[in-house]
Amino acid sequence: MLHTLAALVENHPGVLTRVAGLFARRAYNIDSLSVCQTEDPELSRMTIVVHGDDQVIEQVRNQLNKLVIVHSVTDLTAESVVDRELALIRIMVSSETRSEVLQTIQIFRGRVVDMGRTNLTVELTGDVGKIDGFVKAIRPYGLLELVRTGKIAIMRSEI
Amino acid sequence: MSINEGEKKLNGANILLEALENEGVDLIFGYPGGVLLPLYDALLDSPIRHILARHEQGVVHAADGYARVTGKVGVCLATSGPGATNLVTGIANAYMDSIPLVVLTGQVVTTLLGTDSFQEADITGITTPITKHSYLVKDAREIPRIVKEAFYLAGTGRPGPVLIDLPKDVLAMEVEPFPAEMNLRGYHVPGRGDSEKIAEVAKALSGCRKPVIYAGGGVITAGAEGVLRQLAEKASLPVVTTLMGIGCLPSGHPNLLGMVGLHGAVAANYAVDDCDLLLAVGVRFDDRVTSGLGHLFATKAKIIHIDIDLAEIAKVVRTHIPIVGDARLVLEEVLKHLEGLTVPQTADWWERLRVWKNDYPMKYDKDRMTPQMVIECMGELAGDDTMVVTDVGQHQMWAAQFYPIAKSRNFATSGGLGTMGFGLPAAVGAQIARPNDLVVLITGDGSFQMCIQELATIVQNKLPIKIVLLNNGVLGMVRQLQKFFYGERYSQTDLHSNPDFVKVAEAYGIRGIRVDSFEQVRSAIAEAIDYPGPVLLDFTISPNEDVLPIVPPGKPITEMLGR
Repeated sequence: MLHTLAALVENHPGVLTRVAGLFARRAYNIDSLSVCQTEDPELSRMTIVVHGDDQVIEQVRNQLNKLVIVHSVTDLTAESVVDRELALIRIMVSSETRSEVLQTIQIFRGRVVDMGRTNLTVELTGDVGKIDGFVKAIRPYGLLELVRTGKIAIMRSEI
Repeated sequence: MSINEGEKKLNGANILLEALENEGVDLIFGYPGGVLLPLYDALLDSPIRHILARHEQGVVHAADGYARVTGKVGVCLATSGPGATNLVTGIANAYMDSIPLVVLTGQVVTTLLGTDSFQEADITGITTPITKHSYLVKDAREIPRIVKEAFYLAGTGRPGPVLIDLPKDVLAMEVEPFPAEMNLRGYHVPGRGDSEKIAEVAKALSGCRKPVIYAGGGVITAGAEGVLRQLAEKASLPVVTTLMGIGCLPSGHPNLLGMVGLHGAVAANYAVDDCDLLLAVGVRFDDRVTSGLGHLFATKAKIIHIDIDLAEIAKVVRTHIPIVGDARLVLEEVLKHLEGLTVPQTADWWERLRVWKNDYPMKYDKDRMTPQMVIECMGELAGDDTMVVTDVGQHQMWAAQFYPIAKSRNFATSGGLGTMGFGLPAAVGAQIARPNDLVVLITGDGSFQMCIQELATIVQNKLPIKIVLLNNGVLGMVRQLQKFFYGERYSQTDLHSNPDFVKVAEAYGIRGIRVDSFEQVRSAIAEAIDYPGPVLLDFTISPNEDVLPIVPPGKPITEMLGR
């Protein structure tokens, strides 16, 4: 099952190794990982997406919590969350395909951020499904390069 | 810059030694090297005693042995590069058995870090998975805080090794240190445990018919032996221990069924398999106990798991009542809750346990010189305050099975990692920690040769350690497995060309006694104990002795061979 873990960790060198090492030990490949400093400059927030057996992920989560540099770990999988991903996508275009590509970008509410003679680069944000959908739609025109940030997530507030 | 006449500004090394003193350190085990020159220079003016081993593996195992027999944090020191990497096995060993260590390593100067400079190794990187935490010190002003944190982390919660990597320029840097204020926002030590769950435990205990306490190293770490004993006696609960739990009840205590697991007592394994309530305290359901079959372990039981480490709960077995907390505090609460309840009706259960104990005693041939007989004889003559340190292999299991350990912290053995070579240096650490108590090292000819150089450390420090070498000329445990499970196809387990160990001992200035007959055993052991200095007793043992009973690989713990 796909798990999204949110970890609040210390903003120090070596922290990433310790966190990643625990997943590697159980032979779990991290699907995506995004890290950045939080509003508290001493802390970073990690959003980790990983496929794995529920029970083992629970144990890894407990092991993560045990690390001195980890302040908290939450499994957001079952929670109600807002999640987003940002992608930068370079697509091949010709005079024949240009308008169709631009239309597709518009439908997905992407933004053209760079343009060359034979290609253009799109910025797209959305949940993982939306970005997957766009990539699928655009692939026939010629996908030249794709960069994704990986998922970031935040818990929905109680109403 | 200080301009005051006569005022000596402190460098990183002075600050480090002072910080160690503030933590109550009076002794470190170490081995010098280039980048540690500032520290070894400062050590000359420090009251801290330094024990020089003969290999960095000896350094770390000695600190480990020291920690095991005292419960204090052991401190060791090695230089950068190979010095640091030689510590790795010992750090892993301490990590597996939750032994509190502060490991200090020298490092190349900060400007050369990461450039493959001479004697450089990324030791914090290498040891990441086997340390509780580690520091690479970049600023000498932070040393007091780091040292304080390191000792706190090593010794509290689930103890473990903490490494501090010290670049040479940091040790030499003259600074005004920052105050030693800890900043460990992400570290929390569990305390008393959930009181509702504890009440639930007491109720479950009161209502059960076939209880077993499964006690491990965590009982000893928590200092919970006393309350465990009270609980066992009050509610007449049988107790099985892990290898690490040996000593939590005195051997021969009527409630003690013995060690559980692959070489455990039959009654202990049967009891765990048949019980209706398993009170697991400070254990981790290791595969040497469960045979790697968590789903077949204590299947009829309601499992209560008390541990200070949340990550151990439900790791191997399903747990009905998990309690994360300090074993001593939790058991004290359980005991209090039991007062208002009836004690469990265990008479029938004890009847069955006694039958198993009688039908399947630990046994061996009594009419010839066997390793078991040597160990029992040593146990009989050595007295209750003796610390027994072992290496790893057949002799270790025989020691666990047959040596009558009277008190906790009197049995030091490499449990989780199973490190051959641990014994001799750990015995050094144990003897230095408790100079007035007898230390007996039980070792084999394979393990002994892995850290044999530490005989020099024994002599240099005049340590009256008694070495019981069970010398069978083979790597006995592996050979036994080849005998049982690989059709007697012996591969690389014959130690041809062993030296004459008596002469080796004598070459180091240690008294050596060879014992090769049944009649000599008792008098040789008595002589060794009476002798004021170190003695090596070289017992010639048959390579065909087996550790029994034994659970074959992949079988549940009830299917023991050699019952």
